[in-house]
Amino acid sequence: MMAWVHPGIVIALGGLLIPFIPWRIVKQAYFLMLPLAGLALLVLTSSGMFGAIPAFPESFRPFSLPFLDYTLHPVRIHNLSLLFAYVYVVAAFCMNIYALGVKNDWEHTAAMIYVGSALGAVFAGDLLTLFFCLEIMSWAPFFLLLFRGTKKAMGAAIRYVLWHHFSGVCILAGILMHIHATGSLEFGLMPWGWGSQYLGYHLMILGFVINAATTPFHSWLSDSYSEATPSGSIYMTAYTTKTAIFCLILTFPGVPLLMWMGAIQAVFALFLAVLENDGRRLCSYHIISQIGYMVAGVGMGTHMGLNGAASHALCHIIYNALLYMGAGCALVVAGTAKFDRLGGLYKYMPISFWLYMVGGFSISGFPLFNGFVSKTMTIEAAELIHNRPIYLLLEGATVGTFLHTGLKLPWNIWLQGRTEPPPEVRFRLKDSAVNTPVHMLAAMGILAFLCIFLGVYPKILYDMLPYPVEFVPFTLTRVFSITQMFIFTFLGFWVLRKLVKGYPGYVLDTDWLVRIPGDYLLRFCTGPLQRMGACLDRIGERAADRIVHTLRNPETEAALNPSLAGAGILAALILFVFFIARHL
Amino acid sequence: MDPNQPISAILVVLIPLLTAFAVPIIGFWRKNLCFYAACTALAAAFWCALHLLIFVHQRGPVDYFLGGWDPPWGIALRIDSLNALMGVLVTFLFSLTGIASKKSVPLELPLKEAPFYALFLLLFTGLLGMILTGDMFNLYVFLEVSSLTAYALIAMGEPGAMVASFRYLLMGTVGASWYLLGVGYLYIVTGTLNMADLSGLLREMEGSHAVLSGFAFILFGIAIKMALFPLHLWLPDAYAKAPSIVSTTIAPIMTKVMAYVLIRIGFTVFHPEYVVQAAKASGLLVWFGILAILFGGISALSQTDFKRMLAFIIVAEVGYIVGGIGIANPTALKGAIFHIVNDAVMMASLFLVGMMVTHRTGGHGINHFFGIFRKMPLTAIVFTIGALAVIGVPPTCGFFSKWYLLLGGIEAGHWAFVAALLVCTLINVALFFRVFDKGLYLHAKAPQSIPEPRIDALTIQEAPLGMLVVGGILAAGILAIGIGNSFIVKTLILPAVPGGL
Repeated sequence: MMAWVHPGIVIALGGLLIPFIPWRIVKQAYFLMLPLAGLALLVLTSSGMFGAIPAFPESFRPFSLPFLDYTLHPVRIHNLSLLFAYVYVVAAFCMNIYALGVKNDWEHTAAMIYVGSALGAVFAGDLLTLFFCLEIMSWAPFFLLLFRGTKKAMGAAIRYVLWHHFSGVCILAGILMHIHATGSLEFGLMPWGWGSQYLGYHLMILGFVINAATTPFHSWLSDSYSEATPSGSIYMTAYTTKTAIFCLILTFPGVPLLMWMGAIQAVFALFLAVLENDGRRLCSYHIISQIGYMVAGVGMGTHMGLNGAASHALCHIIYNALLYMGAGCALVVAGTAKFDRLGGLYKYMPISFWLYMVGGFSISGFPLFNGFVSKTMTIEAAELIHNRPIYLLLEGATVGTFLHTGLKLPWNIWLQGRTEPPPEVRFRLKDSAVNTPVHMLAAMGILAFLCIFLGVYPKILYDMLPYPVEFVPFTLTRVFSITQMFIFTFLGFWVLRKLVKGYPGYVLDTDWLVRIPGDYLLRFCTGPLQRMGACLDRIGERAADRIVHTLRNPETEAALNPSLAGAGILAALILFVFFIARHL
Repeated sequence: MDPNQPISAILVVLIPLLTAFAVPIIGFWRKNLCFYAACTALAAAFWCALHLLIFVHQRGPVDYFLGGWDPPWGIALRIDSLNALMGVLVTFLFSLTGIASKKSVPLELPLKEAPFYALFLLLFTGLLGMILTGDMFNLYVFLEVSSLTAYALIAMGEPGAMVASFRYLLMGTVGASWYLLGVGYLYIVTGTLNMADLSGLLREMEGSHAVLSGFAFILFGIAIKMALFPLHLWLPDAYAKAPSIVSTTIAPIMTKVMAYVLIRIGFTVFHPEYVVQAAKASGLLVWFGILAILFGGISALSQTDFKRMLAFIIVAEVGYIVGGIGIANPTALKGAIFHIVNDAVMMASLFLVGMMVTHRTGGHGINHFFGIFRKMPLTAIVFTIGALAVIGVPPTCGFFSKWYLLLGGIEAGHWAFVAALLVCTLINVALFFRVFDKGLYLHAKAPQSIPEPRIDALTIQEAPLGMLVVGGILAAGILAIGIGNSFIVKTLILPAVPGGL
């Protein structure tokens, strides 16, 4: 039997070589080979080449490392991690195709490190390895943001890193308290409850919830994803949040809090999307909304809920990459993704419109598209635990999703009822029906195929899930009710289509709570605090001046004032007296 | 020769001391030879320190009696795992900065090579003496040797350095005199200056007010020298305005050596129980550590100068170490000692980056880091690794010492300290990503503050080879300590943790 090779390490370290490959065509081929190599390794793993993979709660651990007093398991393979790993490498392959046109090699490198660390996180068997991978995932996308090169992107990059370091710090504190309490580094089920003895677990769940962009900590997502480079943002949509979902499935299944947060988030994010003018920001709010389904599924904690969360994570990565690619096409070709500056692009890029629509139908959960087979599972799980409000929230969110991503976004970018785009966009377009670069269309094509394929043959998906599935998505009532909902949503939209135009503006979100006080803090630091320091300095310097003056002119009387000896000595004296006085 | 009295114990101090006196004479003859003489002495001292460390680990602590005089009459050097480790750390960093000084000294201190290297070696002697000595008064002497040379070295710097150095001198002298006063109290009470002797005698006098006063004087004297908040006022200016080679040398090491002295006196000379329970000093230290961490972090955030920013980070890092010492359980102390080592290495690498940037761009403001990822890619890599280590990203070494400090804080239930450490991590992220932001800026437009000929975003203008090599060694060291943390903690740090806790 061969030693197991970590696909994450292959991809991340392989990515470091990209800038040093001389010929562009070889470089591109190599760039595409990396995820394929990862895929090959995964296929070998699941075929049992390196050792048999036991059924879900059990796992296969190829090797272990001693660390201090603990044993690390950098690799732990089970069905769930394989499921995530598969979709990660397949998505990475499509994204790499999409990103082939990018000239900046370091952007590829950052993306590959990011993908590799995400794979590392899903294969992590102990909390330290997990933390290590999450930490890399917190700074690798920084570069994807920064390479956009705009002022706004830089601000978003810094905020992104701060958010993720904050969550990382929470997770680290949780891990340390867990170790202190149990002495174990195992990345597995964590206890949950209310009370001070659970503080560490509260911190840990807070970290994961921030990473998963759960309301009210979702604002980093819409903030950063919409500012990244067109291809960089697609990588970002897939990995950070889904890895957090993976962690939640393993550590905190069945925490009721998560169920409520998820259900509320699924609906809340839709309201924020209503006023949105930027295509990519609108898609961001839909990621947040869809994550709500997964978080709710984890919170239910039943086998069906967890299956629903895992399968929805898989499907979500696929269709969401597709949606973002569609919005990204507009950005690459027309130079903007803002609704008020677009419209009428259909004549010039119809293929990307139709591929986008496949994603739109998938995210809305239309029958025969992959969103349907995974989303309904979560909704069904909510029905089975007889929780009416959760069920209604999740079901209701479907309507809003269809309205925004399936109707509003394509209407505004490609149609808006006109045949020609605005003149400032028109001059960028060639007089042909294929303005989108072919590699982008190819990437979208593969993803669109997967969307439909998994929607038609859900068995492939269901066989990969951690728990056995006893769920049939295509029942007559479900198909009928959902079609009905969509038809009426569409009719409503058509009547009001003139009103859903985009208006330039900014949607007020919870990020205000962080952005504005953060800004004030910085201003306080560079303003008053700095001035205070300078003032103290001046006092000190004046004191020093006086000393020098006194030394040089012995005839002047040395006035003994406190600043003469310096503020520091005074402080030392006061402290000293306090210390002594406490004891005497 | 007595096999239990390794000659390297005294050579490690003697070689730099004698070379320091020879360097000015050599300087009269050939200026450029000073560098080689100094480097040879440093390398020899490093070799001796390594030998000493291995010796101590094989045969246990060494008591070296100067001139064959037994204590309490003579002066003894006492070398155990802790100070052998510190010795290797200090000699290692000095050797590296010695190598890096080759190009920087003629540029920043023209015609002052000979005095610079003489002072540099004297500083080195002083620090090593403080580390190795087993005598309280002898420690004071070496403290003054190192401080006086440090004042002189700092005063050589850019405009304003004189004032900064003078302020440092004022406060440093007060600190040193307080230390001396404290030693005087202890001497009056016990009649001895030898640490081992004192430790035995002091155990029976724990209720004495004189001992308490002596302890308090020593504690506050050290606190001033180590720049523990709020006694840090001398530090930022002194380190920011010193010549870059001087700040690269002094900044990482000086405060760490004082932290070592704190551990030595707090846990070897005085009994840990006394410090924790009778004098209740440890709780106080943790709280000042917390304040230092928060204050250092926030002040660093408001700086526009890279070296000043680092200086405030040092204030925060001193807070980490003092907090770890104050918590006083084995885990936290392990973390504190490990952090002394790590912090010295990572601060050295960052100050070195400041030096390289100064060398090429003529300044050390954060604005001077503009586009360094293009212009000075290797420097930028060193900077990245150093910054990640300060933030505490695994697998750099900074993560692992923080790990122990946090674990120690959790074990002791000191949540404020844990929270302060975590908050400071976040502040560090903001600090360094701000610099990354500048360094990576792709569409380089010349900002107003930098003179035109210096800024050329596309051509590579790397720092001199000597500095790059040193930077590479330090960066590799950061990663190596991080990856080999398990081994280092077991073989080097664990034996160095004082017993009796």
